[in-house]
Amino acid sequence: MSYLESNARERVHALFDADSFEEFLPPSARVVSPHLGQLNAPVSFDDGVVIGSARLAGNAVFIGAQEGGFMGGAVGEVHGAKLVGMLRRAVIEHAHAVVLLLESGGVRLHEANAGLIAVSEVMRAVLDTRAAGVPVIVLIGGSNGCFGGMGIVARCANTIVMSEEARLAMSGPEVIETANGVEEFDSRDRALVWRTTGGKHRFLLGDCQMIVADSVPAFRAAAITGIETCKQQEVALSLTALEQEQHLLTQRISQFGTLIDPVDIWKKLGVPQPELLPLLEVDQFIATVDHLRLGAR
Amino acid sequence: METLNYRFENGNRHLNNPAELVGVVSSGNLEVLIESVPQNGACTIEIKTAATGFGAIWQAVMQDFHNRWQLAETRITINDMGATPAVVSLRLDQAVETILGKTAGEAS
Repeated sequence: MSYLESNARERVHALFDADSFEEFLPPSARVVSPHLGQLNAPVSFDDGVVIGSARLAGNAVFIGAQEGGFMGGAVGEVHGAKLVGMLRRAVIEHAHAVVLLLESGGVRLHEANAGLIAVSEVMRAVLDTRAAGVPVIVLIGGSNGCFGGMGIVARCANTIVMSEEARLAMSGPEVIETANGVEEFDSRDRALVWRTTGGKHRFLLGDCQMIVADSVPAFRAAAITGIETCKQQEVALSLTALEQEQHLLTQRISQFGTLIDPVDIWKKLGVPQPELLPLLEVDQFIATVDHLRLGAR
Repeated sequence: METLNYRFENGNRHLNNPAELVGVVSSGNLEVLIESVPQNGACTIEIKTAATGFGAIWQAVMQDFHNRWQLAETRITINDMGATPAVVSLRLDQAVETILGKTAGEAS
């Protein structure tokens, strides 16, 4: 079963233990966006996010899954509040972990400041959840990628799992091209877009910790492994970890700051035949680069 | 946006699950929320659609749907973003099949 081609509900039902999912604020509760109606725009009964509790390999986890099909998974006031409420309840109920299935273009511009505040509250809630000792695992594998404020939320988590098809970044390709010109970034060059924001590059730069094939069972297995790995480390974000991250970013700029294309970075990292990396299957890719990637942990 | 309401009487098929949601509100697509709720025997359908002025076509598609399934005590609520009649029919069938506990392949 392809993760990429599934919608949020299909992912939730297939990824967690059978019949274990219990939804909070289900569609029948009709908690919809108060802003979209005023703008004469369509609403969705779950405001584009599915939240609840479930079991993963028998452990009680809390989950949030964004629906990329509805407004590109963009975060509005209700959407954000649902994620925050779920995270807070995970802390109160001492969940084994929180699993976030993110797929979002970022803030929902229709909802302006309410949406921006919602995204910042999600960031705070993720860090509070970690501070309470509950690891947060992010899965990214939808066609909309994970961008803008939700890209930042993803990097606030303990672990990120991506597929090769997944994308993770701050500004999306079209935004960069619009702001800085086609010479800076050609958003129609799909190979370039995936070289720059796709799962393989993120794995090599240490921005994601695991890369899997595009299948729901593969994401499930990675989530289980990811949670156990997190449990053996410090779950809360510490000053030491933050300083290490800062050091890694500083190193990245000094090592790669003048390079134009991700292939140049892969070459400098010592990847043999870097131009062939996009063609490798996931297992072969990991075997080739696992010892070369930055910030391996 | 346009809101359309339909009510069909004399159905005889009752649902055994409380609620199901199928589909996504994306371009050319729709979400269908189907619920088992007392409606004085009827099947009621409320549609909120981004494409205005297609009431006659909705009426025909909903009448066909009711002729196929003959639902009773059912509330259907739709958020539509310009789905074509064929997509609407398929989603409605998917909603009924899901709430009746059948997969699409097993539908009678």
